[in-house]
Amino acid sequence: MNLEQTRRTFLGRTAQGVGAVALASLLGQRKLLAATGAAPLGFKPKAKRVIWLSMAGGPSHLELFDFKPKLAAMDGMPMPESMTAGQQVAQLQGQKLVCFGPQSKFRRYGQCGAELSELFPGIGAVADEICIVRSMTSEAINHDPAHTFINTGSQLPGKPSMGSWVTYGLGSDAEDLPGFVVLVSTGPGRTPQPISVRQWSAGFLPSRFQGVQLRGKGDPVLYLQNPGVSRAQQGDIIRTVNALNAKRDALVDDPEIATRIAQYEMAFRMQASVPELTDLRDESQSTLDRYGCAPGDGSFASNCLLARRLAERGVRFIQLYHRDWDHHSLLREELPLRARETDRACGALITDLKQRGMLDETLVVWAGEFGRTPMSQSNKGSPGRDHHNKGFSIWLAGGGVRGGMSYGATDELGYAAVENVVSAHDLHATMLHLLGIDHRRFSVKVQGLESKLTGVEPARVLHPILT
Amino acid sequence: MKAPALAFLPIATVLLAAEPPIPAKPEYNRDVRPILADACFRCHGFDKNTREADLRLDVREAAVAKIDGIFPIMPGKPADSEVWRRITASDKDDLMPPAKEHRQLSAREKEILKRWIEQGAEYQPHWAYIAPAKAAPPDVKQAGFVRGAIDQFVLARQQRSLGLEHAGEADRATLARRLYLDLLGLPPTPAEVDAFAKDAAPDATGKLVEKLLASPQFGERMAVWWLDLARFADTIGYHSDNPHDVWPYRDYVIAAFNENKRFDRFTLEQIAGDLLPDATLQTRVASTFNRLNMRTQEGGAQPKQYEAKTVTDRVKAIGTVWLGQTFMCAECHDHKFDPVTARDFYALGAFFADVKETPIGREEETIIVADDATLAKLKSLDEALAKTRAKLAERVKVTEPEQPFWEFDLNERIGSNPKEHGIPKDLVAALKVEKAKRNPKQKQALDDYIQRNHPLLAPVRKALDAAEVERKRFFDPLPKTIATVSTAPEFRTVRLLPRGDWMKEDGEVVLPTMPAYLDAKSGDAANATRLTRLDLAKWLVARNNPLTARVVVNRLWKQFFGIGLCKTLDDLGTQGELPPNQALLDWLACEFMDSGWDVKHIVKLMLTSGAYRQSSVPTKALVQRDPENRAVTRAGRWRLDAEFLRDNALSVSGLLVQKLGGPSVKPYQPAGYWENLNFPVREWANDKGPDQWRRGLYTWWQRSYLHPALMALDAPSREECTAERVRSNIPQQALVLLNDPTYVEAARAFAGRIIAEGGDDTDERLAWAWRQATQREAKPDELALIAKLFEDHKQSFAEDAAGRGTLLNTGYAPAPKDANPTELAAWTSVARALLNLHETITRS
Repeated sequence: MNLEQTRRTFLGRTAQGVGAVALASLLGQRKLLAATGAAPLGFKPKAKRVIWLSMAGGPSHLELFDFKPKLAAMDGMPMPESMTAGQQVAQLQGQKLVCFGPQSKFRRYGQCGAELSELFPGIGAVADEICIVRSMTSEAINHDPAHTFINTGSQLPGKPSMGSWVTYGLGSDAEDLPGFVVLVSTGPGRTPQPISVRQWSAGFLPSRFQGVQLRGKGDPVLYLQNPGVSRAQQGDIIRTVNALNAKRDALVDDPEIATRIAQYEMAFRMQASVPELTDLRDESQSTLDRYGCAPGDGSFASNCLLARRLAERGVRFIQLYHRDWDHHSLLREELPLRARETDRACGALITDLKQRGMLDETLVVWAGEFGRTPMSQSNKGSPGRDHHNKGFSIWLAGGGVRGGMSYGATDELGYAAVENVVSAHDLHATMLHLLGIDHRRFSVKVQGLESKLTGVEPARVLHPILT
Repeated sequence: MKAPALAFLPIATVLLAAEPPIPAKPEYNRDVRPILADACFRCHGFDKNTREADLRLDVREAAVAKIDGIFPIMPGKPADSEVWRRITASDKDDLMPPAKEHRQLSAREKEILKRWIEQGAEYQPHWAYIAPAKAAPPDVKQAGFVRGAIDQFVLARQQRSLGLEHAGEADRATLARRLYLDLLGLPPTPAEVDAFAKDAAPDATGKLVEKLLASPQFGERMAVWWLDLARFADTIGYHSDNPHDVWPYRDYVIAAFNENKRFDRFTLEQIAGDLLPDATLQTRVASTFNRLNMRTQEGGAQPKQYEAKTVTDRVKAIGTVWLGQTFMCAECHDHKFDPVTARDFYALGAFFADVKETPIGREEETIIVADDATLAKLKSLDEALAKTRAKLAERVKVTEPEQPFWEFDLNERIGSNPKEHGIPKDLVAALKVEKAKRNPKQKQALDDYIQRNHPLLAPVRKALDAAEVERKRFFDPLPKTIATVSTAPEFRTVRLLPRGDWMKEDGEVVLPTMPAYLDAKSGDAANATRLTRLDLAKWLVARNNPLTARVVVNRLWKQFFGIGLCKTLDDLGTQGELPPNQALLDWLACEFMDSGWDVKHIVKLMLTSGAYRQSSVPTKALVQRDPENRAVTRAGRWRLDAEFLRDNALSVSGLLVQKLGGPSVKPYQPAGYWENLNFPVREWANDKGPDQWRRGLYTWWQRSYLHPALMALDAPSREECTAERVRSNIPQQALVLLNDPTYVEAARAFAGRIIAEGGDDTDERLAWAWRQATQREAKPDELALIAKLFEDHKQSFAEDAAGRGTLLNTGYAPAPKDANPTELAAWTSVARALLNLHETITRS
């Protein structure tokens, strides 16, 4: 079957086949998408794709990115009530709030002299490529709503995730792979927080924009493997189905049939392309060493390498999760483990992308769903920190972001962002801007409302951090 | 995956390129309002925050009133109307909408506005807020099409407004398959198709509809629709997403449709089943509806936040399920488009302020769903248990000489195994204290230990253990549910939360009140006795409620025609679609109420109509003129819903286990799919018995990790009420239907049937198999294609013992004895192809 022809048929005929809702929403986009060419949605894009590293659980900014000598000095002393009164608290509700000094040492990295934890030598090695934002905030203070918030811009379930928005707006250059791919790894720690598939849901956007999880164990994509039949035999079946469907189409004139044929072809191609993608044997040993992974280990490091391979194949939005950053206790013991699992691969990813000339067109974001309190918490064993949404740190690299800089700041105890405060909506607006999309105009009409990734309140593009 | 949204646009635009004629008498709702709403209201509408020049055009009084010496609209005189002057201005500074706006008016739109002003600029209230009127069906006739009122309305619109023809009647085989799939969610057998095809009675269709409506599978089929609306799931949704016991509610819904429970009663039972004067076990189970909201057990979650989420959920549920209103907008502010205020929102929430619940943590089941005899037996077990406990409570008198013996024994036990002696800490501590110096607590600890171990009490203890085991064995499997329990006369205080901020504690306290815009008398409530959930439910199904009946019949229509009469199923507000055939929608709504809210009556009316019996194949002209089939010029066609796809495959394969109701079941799911769930870590265990082959609607509904086959096929997570499923066409669906063990096993079992029942030679079997899957005769060229597949695979499987072994071992269903494995594998390939045909998975 002629591939190109089928795709054209698919594109050409799906419009008739889209359901009423999709049609209405597409028409709602008419104004926004009227222009075509290089800058279809607003601006000239700097980034072509996004790799988003979600550090699930809420890594502590106070040990990793945001050194606070004053907090060290006040270790063990009561937290000033003026700061905490009337603010949201999670597990520390009703407890005495005591300052807890930084539990790791910091040093300067790179030409820019970025101050980072000694736990992050790998990220430190690419300090000149990254922009650390020390004034990030979230609306939510518990894991589930906070993940939903940073992924969709709303704490309420039902909204599309950012990966879905981006692939909806830009499509994907990947021929034989989904446009939005999710990979999850878990630290071998004690309390990895659950992650729901809701986090990569397409919400009210068409389902084909939902994230597809690439799994470390079993079928890399669900139901990818043939049930005992060879690839040739599977091909026979699909060809027979498609030929019969084409006959049926000639009779009943149903535009969904052309789409169905195209999707069966796509599924068949995925059955080959996904194993090819996940087979790391064609990577050199030095590459594997640089990331610190072994093929098939399902580690964050492997996933970083897979992220680079997905990026090479044109996937638009690649989101990695690494679980188990939720250090209510045993911070001193557990945090270095998570750092060790991720640090080297993060650095390697940036270096690898740069060496391949891809960093300029790939936006990389490293972020947890929130940070942690300057106050200690000690329910079990040595102390840790509670959830905290008033100020924490993230970093960005590539895709039009200025490297070797930091942006924003928290107060002297690392409690609240006080300078250049950044919201998830600002972060999304900036990401969309780099992808060439004006976030104010990137909307879909849902129940009469122009729904946007960046919500209803004004959001701003973080121009100072852009090249 | 390559196509971005914009790739579709040029085509989508072309579809709407043909402009309808300009109406001679423009109507406000139909013709004028859509223009004003889209082009003008943003700056001249209800939202005072975005209003420009102090001018609003959404209410007539304001639009025709003089401001600054000019009349925005002078009824009858466009030339004297500022609006007309501005929209036709040649000066860019005067032009409206301003040149910088993307939205500009077309010549057609301007002409409509002009005519409307000329004819007096009459406004109309929003159509859905006026009670429906039952118009007499239009006097149109067409033999072979018009079978009842529905067809008269449909035909009138086709002929009079659009000048359209419609597709002819579908053939009997197609119609039989359509009726079975629509009413049972299951395909007919070829014999059932034949019986219907041969039935020459003039009301053959009516008879078949009656028969299918009386089948217990009708309730299962309709439940899928309602369970989406009711957000029914087996788990709490947030964070750990642990199970909650609510499946008896699902069975209630199935039974309600089967016994044709009147929709008004259905409503009362779900919202206020516990408050009904004639409340029964069944109505209490129905009230589980109020408890199907998402919940959390996350440590550190704020009770007040989740209390607020619960209010939001329930108000949304009432708005979505019954009223077709998008109330959630009013959680933070007055609705931007509909007249619902934030106050209305929280006042609706206040109806549920008596629902007993714990905002965070595990919710206990509130009722046991069992008959009186079972409950009596449980009571007797409880009494026996209590009696034995009481006996044990009569303590043995421990004598002085006995005491040292016990202490010696205890010390011995501790000494022999200092690390794991299992003696409580306080007792160990007590032993270390000299006897005379022990405090009462320490004495008590020692005495408790002696009592628990005293040989004189051994028989009683044994009896107690036995009684406990017996009770547990009886109690645990009893169906239970988290139903609604009222705390009345105690009520939680419900406050208006400014901007939806749950941390605010100074908002106005609100009492249960109906939304003012739907109930003019709602203001009086403040002075009367506090309204209850029962009052709310009664109001929802009151004859003068303009929305509920329309919402329900509209969704029933969607079930059987593929698109609603108002296509925005969840929004009959001003942003929803103005129904192109409102007269029909209103007639059906009135008929529904007149019939006493009789669901089966309405379903039968729809399914015996000429409109329903049409072919789904459009002519080229119809595709052009009626691309979305809004004029019902043909029957709808769509890929079966996720659950029914499963049912279809199981039914054709002969694996389907027909059993009504019971706890949710676990069909094959890929191992490790739940690896990112926690608190606790869980693994899905495939059902090994007959429950493996139950209908799709019984599948365990894990909100945060819905079964991947259901999810790929667009079943909603049911985290919130869902009025309409998207219907996508994505590669993951191909992977599911090709490779999911459920479908592979079905194909394997189907292959067994082909060999056993399909006849003696290959040709006969191929034809038989085709008919089983599609319920129609195959054409020669179709048979040739599957014949080739069969022959090719017979050859390739002959050489691949390992492959065919894996294939034939998929699933737990036993393989047919004596079957030749190569033959069976080759027939499995044929079966897989047949089960994947677009035709097989499509209702048309």
